[in-house]
Amino acid sequence: MKFSTLIAAGFALAASVSVAFAEDISGAGATFPYPIYSKWADAYKKVSGVGLNYQSIGSGAGRKQIQAKTVTFGATDIPQKEEYLNTNGFVQFPMVMGGIVAIVNLEGVAGGDLVLDGDTLAKIYLGKVKTWDDAAIATLNPKSKLPSLPIIVIRRSDGSGTTFNFTTYLSAVSADFKKSVGAGEAVEWPVGIGAAGNAGVAANVMQTKGSIGYVEYAYATQNGLAWTDMVNSAGKRVKPNLSSFKAAAAKGDWANAKNFYLILANSPGEASWPMMATTFILMYAQPSDPAASSAALKYFDWAYSNGAKMAEDLDYVPMPDSVIAQVRSAWKGIAK
Amino acid sequence: MTTISENSKNLDMALSNDRARVLKSLVLSDTLFSFATRAAAYAVLLLLAGIIISLIVGAWPAMKAFGFEFLVTERWAPQLEPEPVLGALAPIYGTLVSSFIAMLIAVPFGLGIAIFLTELCPHSIRRPIRLAIELLAGIPSIIYGMWGFFVLGPFLANYIEPSIVAAVVNIPVLNSIFSGEMVSNLSLFNASLILAIMILPFITAIAVDVFSTVPPVLKEAAYGIGCTTWEVVNNVVLPFTRVGVVGGVMLALGRALGETMAVTFIIGNSFKITGSIFAPSTTISAAIASEFAESEGLHQSALILLGLLLFVLTFIVLATARFMLMRLEKRAGA
Amino acid sequence: MASYAARRRNSTFIMGLCLAATGIGVVWLFLILYSLLINGIPGLTLAVFTEMTPPPGEHGGGLLNAIFGSLLMTIIGVGIGAPIGILAGTYLAEYGRHSKITPVIRFINDILLSAPSIIIGLFVYGAVVVPMRSFSAVAGSIALAVIVIPVVVRTTEDMLLLVPNTLREAASALGLPRSFVIRRVAYRAARAGLITGVLLAVARVGGETAPLLFTVLSNQFWSANLLKPMANLPVTINNFINNPDANWKQLAWTGALLITAAVLSLNITARFFGASKDGR
Repeated sequence: MKFSTLIAAGFALAASVSVAFAEDISGAGATFPYPIYSKWADAYKKVSGVGLNYQSIGSGAGRKQIQAKTVTFGATDIPQKEEYLNTNGFVQFPMVMGGIVAIVNLEGVAGGDLVLDGDTLAKIYLGKVKTWDDAAIATLNPKSKLPSLPIIVIRRSDGSGTTFNFTTYLSAVSADFKKSVGAGEAVEWPVGIGAAGNAGVAANVMQTKGSIGYVEYAYATQNGLAWTDMVNSAGKRVKPNLSSFKAAAAKGDWANAKNFYLILANSPGEASWPMMATTFILMYAQPSDPAASSAALKYFDWAYSNGAKMAEDLDYVPMPDSVIAQVRSAWKGIAK
Repeated sequence: MTTISENSKNLDMALSNDRARVLKSLVLSDTLFSFATRAAAYAVLLLLAGIIISLIVGAWPAMKAFGFEFLVTERWAPQLEPEPVLGALAPIYGTLVSSFIAMLIAVPFGLGIAIFLTELCPHSIRRPIRLAIELLAGIPSIIYGMWGFFVLGPFLANYIEPSIVAAVVNIPVLNSIFSGEMVSNLSLFNASLILAIMILPFITAIAVDVFSTVPPVLKEAAYGIGCTTWEVVNNVVLPFTRVGVVGGVMLALGRALGETMAVTFIIGNSFKITGSIFAPSTTISAAIASEFAESEGLHQSALILLGLLLFVLTFIVLATARFMLMRLEKRAGA
Repeated sequence: MASYAARRRNSTFIMGLCLAATGIGVVWLFLILYSLLINGIPGLTLAVFTEMTPPPGEHGGGLLNAIFGSLLMTIIGVGIGAPIGILAGTYLAEYGRHSKITPVIRFINDILLSAPSIIIGLFVYGAVVVPMRSFSAVAGSIALAVIVIPVVVRTTEDMLLLVPNTLREAASALGLPRSFVIRRVAYRAARAGLITGVLLAVARVGGETAPLLFTVLSNQFWSANLLKPMANLPVTINNFINNPDANWKQLAWTGALLITAAVLSLNITARFFGASKDGR
């Protein structure tokens, strides 16, 4: 008897609370852009009072959530093909670009001390280069003293756009990798420890001696992890930073990319960083909740107009103005 | 005269009316209450049925697609085109091996503690020790995972495991079980050790309970003919309580098989069977926890099928455990 | 047969091993508590209870939304689960004591009691999240309720069976109906035990993570909407550990300290509650 009154009171309380509650924008997906999304969300909440509840659960999961209509938008680092977009009635547009870096945990090795090339990185992720003093790494880094520690490979356990872009790059530079692993968001890794999300990979590399992982650049810089330089397609050693990312991003031909389908891997150019990713938003053209949908669009519009500086602060590359104009016209396809 | 008798008659009638009303309301509330308890009890059965049905419904597409092959396939490729290839062998292997190692460690420790508590321990410190052990069972699984990830894993990988690897590096078989190729914070062995700590209190608690069902007169008789403490334990206590001890061990095994969060953090989520216990692996529950939220279609169905397998496995183990403990209870009651 | 001295030595040796096992067993608890205190206390500020979870890369922030969500879902979960559990336990101990179905229900309940909590998560995902098309605090609360029920059934039945039959007979002899005998006499006599059971159930679900992972998800912000994802401590800790951000790591340790302190003190309270009545 007492319990039943308690329950009734509990429900009454909860109901009254939920009525008074202002609707947040809900989204889910890629962990790659999470640092910038949450920074934008915080700033946007201050100017508009509208919050963004973004679940950083991976690109694969994000697509699943938007297909299940549990969120207003899905975020994926993998551009989706026309067929997929049409079957689901989605509109796709790019939000921001960024660089992927390899991070290592070796005593005395700081960011930029080591350099790797695509082939060696592929061999490490194939389990063929097993120790840090392997000849393949040593010839690239003649000046560094490398320990004979085993290489602990850390990779994603979830469906990941970062993995997709990373493996697309490795497949582009290593025929061996393309044949035995290939490009995909969740590939069959021959070796390694699986970690969830960019953050999970970073946390595990931080925690594990002799490990290597791949993450979005902001995850490395924000947490003081040692990234490596890369040898790019022009054979030049480049450092990961905003200018090498911008150089790579500039090679993207967005004007001719239908539905913004474009993959930026192994970009040409002497200054280009080789491992890039673009993160996309998926929304329904005919949303079941138009109010929520236009609230989300309002947020994205604000981010395009006011978010470039914040993105660059975190070393993301904002979309060029021409692409933003393209996106805004694509939004006309979303019912209000 | 007549008025008085009429009055009393009226009063009687009023009283009996009242009584009838009260009785009627009592009967009503009585029926309602009894109905509510019965409904709640049946709800427990419905819950189990609901769990089984929802698992079978969810797992059906995977059962149809993979059939028996599911159990013997090591490959786990959810993104493979055109059709994913999914097999349960690696998570089943990881689940069984991690639970086995955990039992190997926890059973002797648990029984040792129980023997200490029932045969040796001074009365005054018995309760605090029991409390300390039982509180281990109260610590949430995620805390174990966190502690294993930040504290135990790095400690084992940096200080303990390299010397084990070095010690057995030239001994065949052992050098592949304790392979040094992948020694890291996250491995099958580290997960097993955490599991062992987590199930220790279950084994201890049940062992203490069943040890105390031994009639004191049996033990006293054994002591009386000059048995040492160990001889009493080995020849009287253990044989008398064997069924109960096995039941308790099975109950702990059921826990170990299904443990999720702690294992997910430190097993390394790798669908490869390497044969080395210092290599990363995965378990059924870890696979579900780390992949379910993003899965779809056959992949999700296969994860639910894994869940169903886990449920059947733990059901068998737990049912056996309960059966054995029930037998002991009956004997103790008789 | 070996000499008595040798047998004594053997026995002493094995008992020494048992003592060592006890020492090692007890030491884990203190090692874990030590880590929690050392790492958790530095982050234990007032802000933890007054501010929301911060975005990564920022300083400060707290766990208010997560603590609120955990409390709310635990209250609802126990609010649903405990009455059902008490009623079902009552049936097993009172009305159905001699019924044929009772041993079956008791057996099934014991299985549910130890069933992996991730399975409960899968069940609630299929039974609540999919039909509702949304992760929600309601789904999480239901998952917790499913875990609460068997715990409460078990303790309720055990405690009611401890109530002497003479009490029931005396009450029945006064002409009290059965439900009154149970509610006014048996419940009252077993009250401490029933409360212990509910407290233990609260302690059990307070730290549960696996069944919440794909039923409530979590939430970066404050949300009190029961039909939407809601922040909660265990999943927040789960997400924060899986992140290299130092501020998040600190909050995760502090959150872990809070959960453990709450759960362990509930456990201890429940035990003393039960023990004081047992000794009477």
